[in-house]
Amino acid sequence: MGRGYVAHAAVTAEAGPDGRTRLTRLRSDGPIALRETPDGLYLVGAAAGPLGGDRLRLDIEVGAGASLTIRSVAVALALPGDGESRYTVNADVEGHLDFAPEPTVAARGCHHHAHARVALGPHGTLRWQEELILGRHNEPPGLHTSRIDVTRAGHPVLRHELRADPTSRSRAVLGPAKAVGSLFRTTPSTPHTEPGLAILPLPSGTTLANAHAPTAPTLRHLLTKAQTLLP
Amino acid sequence: MRAHLLMLADSRLPAGGHAHSGGLEPAVTAGAVATIADLADFLHGRLHTAGLVAGALAAAACVHAGTSIDWALPDAEADARTPSPAQRAASRAQGKSLLRAARATWPSAVFDGLRVQVPAGAPRGPHHPLVLGAAAHVIGCTALDAAAVAAYGAVTGPASAAVRLLGLDPLGVQRALAELAPDVDSVAEEAAAHAEKDWAELPAASAPLLDQWAEEHLRADLRLFES
Repeated sequence: MGRGYVAHAAVTAEAGPDGRTRLTRLRSDGPIALRETPDGLYLVGAAAGPLGGDRLRLDIEVGAGASLTIRSVAVALALPGDGESRYTVNADVEGHLDFAPEPTVAARGCHHHAHARVALGPHGTLRWQEELILGRHNEPPGLHTSRIDVTRAGHPVLRHELRADPTSRSRAVLGPAKAVGSLFRTTPSTPHTEPGLAILPLPSGTTLANAHAPTAPTLRHLLTKAQTLLP
Repeated sequence: MRAHLLMLADSRLPAGGHAHSGGLEPAVTAGAVATIADLADFLHGRLHTAGLVAGALAAAACVHAGTSIDWALPDAEADARTPSPAQRAASRAQGKSLLRAARATWPSAVFDGLRVQVPAGAPRGPHHPLVLGAAAHVIGCTALDAAAVAAYGAVTGPASAAVRLLGLDPLGVQRALAELAPDVDSVAEEAAAHAEKDWAELPAASAPLLDQWAEEHLRADLRLFES
């Protein structure tokens, strides 16, 4: 057994009788500290990392009629350690979930797997934004795999994986980009491209926006632009 | 069986593959590929993303083709891994052409039901890797064979397009493909290792630049290849 953290945090949001969303379960664990604020629920990194060997898990439930916004206070820095690190997010969404934490930085030597599984109910809606920075300043990144699986009533909507590894430097994958991110929304769109940004309508009436950029601020700018192009 | 497999992998099978460049034409237009070294780098990235996903879908289709499968699920699984509308259209166009060629070449009931029924419309062409996998099953090949043909096609299509678009030395391009061959084998093995799993668990490796170029290509004024 490795020496990393094994943590399992959870949050449940439900609509109360007055229609307002209440958090009926809020469990912080190890490095994942959850703080309720007027702007939404904040993920606070209560320890450095994720570090190699960590096994982190966050379960999210959003009940029908409820709306939950999740942000984070700072970037996550994926660091090497005792083998691979894993961060799994499982979300069951009957209401609305808006998940947009600060970027993850894949530091030199890291070996991190991030996997999100989002199960949408028949009327569930989602905004999901992820940003990955490939290494700190003048540093080659380690290995970082992030995958998101979105299903609606068990039917596949999006299965999207980005592997940041030596192969991803290929001019067909990421080329020289240092920052890459995506925005998924359960709203339709029309196809659009501009340098570093592609708005891709999916058959299910949902949209994936992919962005890549030389720097983190440029990436954020592109994703903000993508947001304005979606209804 | 071996000769059938060679036929399935052969670009002379009239399945319309010559009309598609696998994203190479828009990459050339964008100035990203100009030399054989550029091409080798492009093919390496395409192999490990689009090639891996196509290989895994083909391998799983080969395994499931012998059962009474409802192709609507794998069709949706392929869609979910292909966020670019232009790439979905290219996959379906090539799937439709391959299905026509495969049915005529190796008549089998296995091909029935591969075209996707659309409410109040003509059935859509199936995704190319699914037809490839079904054809591999019909001719008695393994899931690894199906994945190998898919991974091989993921690099040979753009490679021959590069010769036409850039006038690259054909022998130099063949040399680049030969140097990539061990990688093609390992991607096929990785893809085939998923063949027996649930469709949901198959790889979904993406290539943001290929996605972007595929969309730009659809709206380009002048193009030699459909995709």
